[in-house]
Amino acid sequence: MTDQIASRLPESWAWAAWAGAALIHVALMLCFVLAAVAFFVWLERKVSARIQDRLGPTRVGGRFGWLQSPADGIKLLCKEDIIPAAADSFLFRIAPYLCFCPAFAAFAAIPLADGWVALRLDIAVLFVLAVAGMEIFGVILAGYASGSKYSLFGAMREAAQVVSYEAPLALCLVIPVMLAGSMDLTTIANAQEGWFTQWFVFHNPFSFAAFWIYVVCATANTNRAPFDLPEAESELVAGFMTEYSGFRWAVFFMAEYTAMLAVCLIASIAFLGGWNGPIPWTGWLGLSYSVHPALGFLGDFVGFLNLTAKSFLGVIFIMALRWTLPRLRIDQVMAMCWKYCVPLAAAMLLGAAVWLCLFPGGVFRGVGLRNAPSPTVAAVGAFAGEREQVQP
Amino acid sequence: MTAAVLWHNVFFWIFGLAASALAVGVVVSTNVVRMAVCLVMSLAAVAGLFFLAGAPLLGAIQILVYVGGTMVLLVFGVMLTARLPAAAMRTNAGQWVAALIVGAALLAVLWQAGRGLSAACARRDAAAPSAAEIAPANQTVTELGLALLGVRADAAQSAEGGSSTQRPGYLLPFELISVHLLAALVGAAYLARSRWPARRQAADDVRSTDME
Repeated sequence: MTDQIASRLPESWAWAAWAGAALIHVALMLCFVLAAVAFFVWLERKVSARIQDRLGPTRVGGRFGWLQSPADGIKLLCKEDIIPAAADSFLFRIAPYLCFCPAFAAFAAIPLADGWVALRLDIAVLFVLAVAGMEIFGVILAGYASGSKYSLFGAMREAAQVVSYEAPLALCLVIPVMLAGSMDLTTIANAQEGWFTQWFVFHNPFSFAAFWIYVVCATANTNRAPFDLPEAESELVAGFMTEYSGFRWAVFFMAEYTAMLAVCLIASIAFLGGWNGPIPWTGWLGLSYSVHPALGFLGDFVGFLNLTAKSFLGVIFIMALRWTLPRLRIDQVMAMCWKYCVPLAAAMLLGAAVWLCLFPGGVFRGVGLRNAPSPTVAAVGAFAGEREQVQP
Repeated sequence: MTAAVLWHNVFFWIFGLAASALAVGVVVSTNVVRMAVCLVMSLAAVAGLFFLAGAPLLGAIQILVYVGGTMVLLVFGVMLTARLPAAAMRTNAGQWVAALIVGAALLAVLWQAGRGLSAACARRDAAAPSAAEIAPANQTVTELGLALLGVRADAAQSAEGGSSTQRPGYLLPFELISVHLLAALVGAAYLARSRWPARRQAADDVRSTDME
């Protein structure tokens, strides 16, 4: 995009092209994330109302109850911004933003369609894990700076929980990285091109199991019930958010929904084929850049809708879990992570590696459909061949 | 073109000044949590410098290891000092003097090294121009990963020139270090654990005296 803008500007205005491209990327990401968050706030009400027979959200406010969310937004903006006397006021004020910024920054490296990414990195998976993991920093600060016991307990629980669950989460993500031979999310999604049988979740039994372990760990990592101990209403008031009100409280909620969207997008890209739909009909219709740029853009847009639909379904699944299952105890949460998720994820990684050696290119149960060989394997082979040739 | 280079300089100064200022903040702050906050942000600014230099792997590792590690430090800091929020950590004059001497010496060494760096690079490039040509050609981390496995892209290219040096990969040292760290971790856990019964005994004693 920078090059396209720069080509229309005089040479000395190249900096304007950089700044313009950056601003456009940021604006698009903000629009996507905030629209999704607003939708999730509405959706959460509807899902909870359907599951728990709550009468309010099924009747209130306009068609499909859309007025409730704007009303909530206006209420939060107008509320008094309270800073407790015991709080460390500077840290208390910056904590919500420190929570939201990493969750949002992770979107810089998440592609929304083939090539629709602000920052294409070779190590996108690592970048997203590292940056999104910083979200907990804001939570700890909020818990400490509030000067309240409930906040502190909530923050400590969150610290223990999130730091623990990052380990199995990362282990599960290593499997698609291994299958695609790349940590670039765009490459990972493109490696699953074709029918849904090419999706990494159906690649072998181990990746199928790893996907469900990822679901558990992602739910725990975003503090959603049944792992919502850090904000357990019945015991800790609202956990680390107890002392917050008004807009700062809303920023915490935005961070939570943003993180939820991020983990669902990662799951869709790494396991569920990314922008490749279950049936490759865009390929049959010839929606590609080689035919016509406009058709290629249309194909990418269909891919974007595919990916969005998958990740939104993931979010709905996590919401349905929240309103269905009771909360775990803290020792159960820890046992779940270290006694079950970590060993299982490690075993699945080992199994997937063995499967890849035994059936190179074979998909689920080794049936006939063939993938292209992994790029890493191809690259190692190419380099090894080169070395054998040059050495006498 | 010059404008683009200037843009890089602007970001370099932003990140560099942020890292330095927050590092000073770590030293002058008296609250352990604020210190940790400054340290985390300073390390994150250094990660920003790495991204700016086109080394995203190094930047991501910086965030994952250093910033994440400092965050755990923060958790411990909060846990240990939460009961005394007003506890200030003061530094006495002798420590200030020693710290300033050590800091100034390190700054002098780094300053000297930084000044000599461009000349050294020019000398190295003059001696082996091929190294400078290979470096910017491929910006992916694929070669880095292959080198870990022992397949060196640059070695294969130099082998064509006649000097076929068999270089082993870094996988074995890497695994050895991992196992070593794991052993250290298990040892630390064992040492920490063996004290538990004694401490519990002490706690029980206190409790029984309280009851009396």
